[in-house]
Amino acid sequence: MTETLPAYKTVALSDVKVWFKAAKETDFPKNGGACINYNGLQVAIFNFTRRNEWYATQNLCPHKKQMILSRGMIGTEQEEPKVACPFHKKTFSLSSGKNLNGTECDLATYPVKVEGGFVYVGFSE
Amino acid sequence: MEKIVVIGNGMVGYKFCEKLRAKATAEEFSITVFGEEPIPAYDRVHLSEYFTNRSTDNLTMAPRSWYEENQIDLITGELIVNIDREAKKVISYKGREESYDKLILATGSSAFVPPIEGVEKQGVFVYRTIEDLDAIIEYSKKAKSATVLGGGLLGLEAGKAMLDLNLNTHVIEFAPRLMPRQLDDTGSDVLKSKLEALGIHMMLNKNTRKILGNGQITGLEFADGTELKTDMLVISCGIKSRDELGKSSGLKTGPRGGFIVDDLLKTNDPEIFAIGEAALHDGMVYGLVAPGYEMADVVVEQLIHGKEKVFTNYDMSTKLKLIGVDVASFGDPFGENETYKPIIFEDKVGGIYKRINISEDGKRLLGGILVGDAEAFNILLQMVQNEMPLPPNPEDLILGARGGESVGGGIDALPDTAQVCSCEDVSKGDICCAVEENGAENIDLVKKCTKAGTGCGACTPMVVDILNAKLKSMGKTVKKVICEHFNYSRQELFDIIKVEGIKDYDQLLDRYGKGDGCEICKPATASLFASIWNEMILEQDTIQDSNDRYLANIQKGGSYSVVPRIPGGEITPDKLITIGQVAKKYNLYTKITGGQRIDLFGARVDQLPDIWEELINAGFESGHAYGKSLRTVKSCVGSTWCRYGLHDSVSFAIEVEERYRGLRSPHKLKGGVSGCRRECAEAQSKDFGIIATEIGWNLYVCGNGGANPKHALLLAGDIDKETCVKYLDRFLMFYLKTAEPLNRTATWLNKMEGGIDYLKEVIVNDCLGIGEQLEKEMEFMVETYKCEWKEVVNNPELRARFKHFVNSAEPDPNIKFSDMRGQIVPANWETANS
Repeated sequence: MTETLPAYKTVALSDVKVWFKAAKETDFPKNGGACINYNGLQVAIFNFTRRNEWYATQNLCPHKKQMILSRGMIGTEQEEPKVACPFHKKTFSLSSGKNLNGTECDLATYPVKVEGGFVYVGFSE
Repeated sequence: MEKIVVIGNGMVGYKFCEKLRAKATAEEFSITVFGEEPIPAYDRVHLSEYFTNRSTDNLTMAPRSWYEENQIDLITGELIVNIDREAKKVISYKGREESYDKLILATGSSAFVPPIEGVEKQGVFVYRTIEDLDAIIEYSKKAKSATVLGGGLLGLEAGKAMLDLNLNTHVIEFAPRLMPRQLDDTGSDVLKSKLEALGIHMMLNKNTRKILGNGQITGLEFADGTELKTDMLVISCGIKSRDELGKSSGLKTGPRGGFIVDDLLKTNDPEIFAIGEAALHDGMVYGLVAPGYEMADVVVEQLIHGKEKVFTNYDMSTKLKLIGVDVASFGDPFGENETYKPIIFEDKVGGIYKRINISEDGKRLLGGILVGDAEAFNILLQMVQNEMPLPPNPEDLILGARGGESVGGGIDALPDTAQVCSCEDVSKGDICCAVEENGAENIDLVKKCTKAGTGCGACTPMVVDILNAKLKSMGKTVKKVICEHFNYSRQELFDIIKVEGIKDYDQLLDRYGKGDGCEICKPATASLFASIWNEMILEQDTIQDSNDRYLANIQKGGSYSVVPRIPGGEITPDKLITIGQVAKKYNLYTKITGGQRIDLFGARVDQLPDIWEELINAGFESGHAYGKSLRTVKSCVGSTWCRYGLHDSVSFAIEVEERYRGLRSPHKLKGGVSGCRRECAEAQSKDFGIIATEIGWNLYVCGNGGANPKHALLLAGDIDKETCVKYLDRFLMFYLKTAEPLNRTATWLNKMEGGIDYLKEVIVNDCLGIGEQLEKEMEFMVETYKCEWKEVVNNPELRARFKHFVNSAEPDPNIKFSDMRGQIVPANWETANS
């Protein structure tokens, strides 16, 4: 067990100081997610191939505090892209991090860009 | 801005905050809440669930973050000891002062403890807070028996909790009957015999005089001179309002407790309100949550609109499930208010008692009592509250109409003003409006939109009925589509996939769906692809449920469990040793499952391929414990060893398990084979069960254990092995093709028109002429079976997917275990990562 909860904080595109080179584009499954380690911070990156979009959120599901969201199934509710936690199917918006079905906390989100076949995640520190 | 201070963070105190915030911003009203307990408000109505879950998570009304988001200042663990009404401020025991413009007393109640000699002894508890429950659980570890004092609603709940702690349990009631405020003598008798059948001993008419024991309770002494030995005592004799603040501050309280309030719920100080169990209104303290919520609403309305919404005497109708027994009491259950004629139905065998009181003129329903079957509660209550006309034969209300028509006009006869959800005060009109105007076309949306059914949940079935009736009246077919992305039922998608030869999820979505899929349609269609084409499921790994995607069962903390197939539960010593060696090498928690196999827990995702490589090299294959697919076929010892056995059940179980292994289906499938009618394999609690007879086998189908146990029904009797397998092929394939997603075979049969008789026609008599085709389709599944784990182990590209980080080979540093009885266990939910 880590001593404290990782400090997840949403990073806006304008606040990005570091573009972290996470992994090759092809390392991420189509229409699915994978987890990266950034200095001890676990971030889930989603390759939403169908929509030609990339998203990054905290890997921790706030419901039962499990490091798991990268293994969640992604999809949409109306037009909202979302991820469902494998444990209890709590769903969160991939674009805003907002919890879509209950009283759990929202997710922190991070900007993602793909350049030259590599996926980069934006951090403010 | 007006400054509101709430004393008490219980259910009603919380509800007050929720209601006020829903209608007014923090600029209009600031809210400060003081709670005496260390944790935020939790659901006391469902307190007993704490004994099973041992977690407050599911009970919490809202997490701390909710209070922050709503700009409510929540101070827990701080008791208010004084109110300075001159200065308009409250003072806590720590000396903190908080001034108010309006003060809300939601201090609730404490358990009433009768003045019995010896109540201070060790082992005597009350049943009120999480802390009480923790203390009870701790003490129960060294106790063998427990007694509950009080046979009311809460006392019986407590009795059930004691039973769940494996204690020999007695419930003592002073009155001559149980739940004296809700039930009459016959109702109490029926309930009593039901509870006694469950193992709770009931003692009525008992006046407890003394608690025996030297410092620690050893027993009870009654006024009639008898004694009862007991290791612990839980007192549940009613409640006492927490009105201590009244004395020091000069607020008027009743002689038996409670702040005296008027119809506006104001105390004798117009700036101070009392709500919930702390309030004494018209000589009455309401010990239920619904009137408490109504009081919260009355005060919120006054604060916002100054509108003088008043509190009137509240209906005390209740429905609850006591230890699996439905109990309801509504309107005027005893016929105390006017002359009446009762209609009574009693079924001593089934343990059902129903009584309704009809007005003298035979035109109105006044109230009643239901024990053992309370399905009609909602509609009966509505009839009382809305003074709806009675049907021509009022006895139909409790006996059910025998002509097939629904009774009392059903949902359609309800007026729009009828209150459906009393916890949240939602009317039928509110629900219809949500459906029609806000597009709430499923139960989740209706709940979100109206909050109906989010309190005690008792009204949910009625809310669903209203929703469906409304949709129907709007001309919308209530079609069982699988989700918003596919306007098809599972059965229709099965045919589409098969006829069109579609093997790819995206292709299916492009041609027959809309949007980008979700966690409902993805695994549902993944299951269909597997049931039709039987290709390696990891070719489309991101449409699989997490367990299928990693071919293992995810467990608390994010590790996985591994279950190798052990067909029929038969295993050689060498294979058993291999399992032991693998478990030891990877330090896995080991447990025998209910299906006669061995579960190995605590494997990290990156360890799974290595573990399976060793198991496969020793001749094991995947057990598909992670899939909606065939799990096990359980067997008894059978005729090879057993002196009673008629046929070789083990060989048959192995044959059947190997035939259907890996078969993906709408839900999990379990089977059993017993060698004689003693039924040691419990085959009748399985989706299919085979039991040896003198001359062959009996085939039973559509049973299950779990939450709603169902006995399997006989499909065919005294058949030979070949016929049995043929019928099984047909039965399973028919289920695979026609069931809704996540419906077990019992649910599927339940919804099937014609039931088991129709199923016999299809499977045994082949009335649809599809028997041969079903067999052929099953034969294809059997021939194309492959062990998924063998494929992964031998495929470097698939193997590489089993790791936690995509940018590092390091395992998840968050996975940590502690020790329990010499094996590993994961951290609990609450403490994980903290």
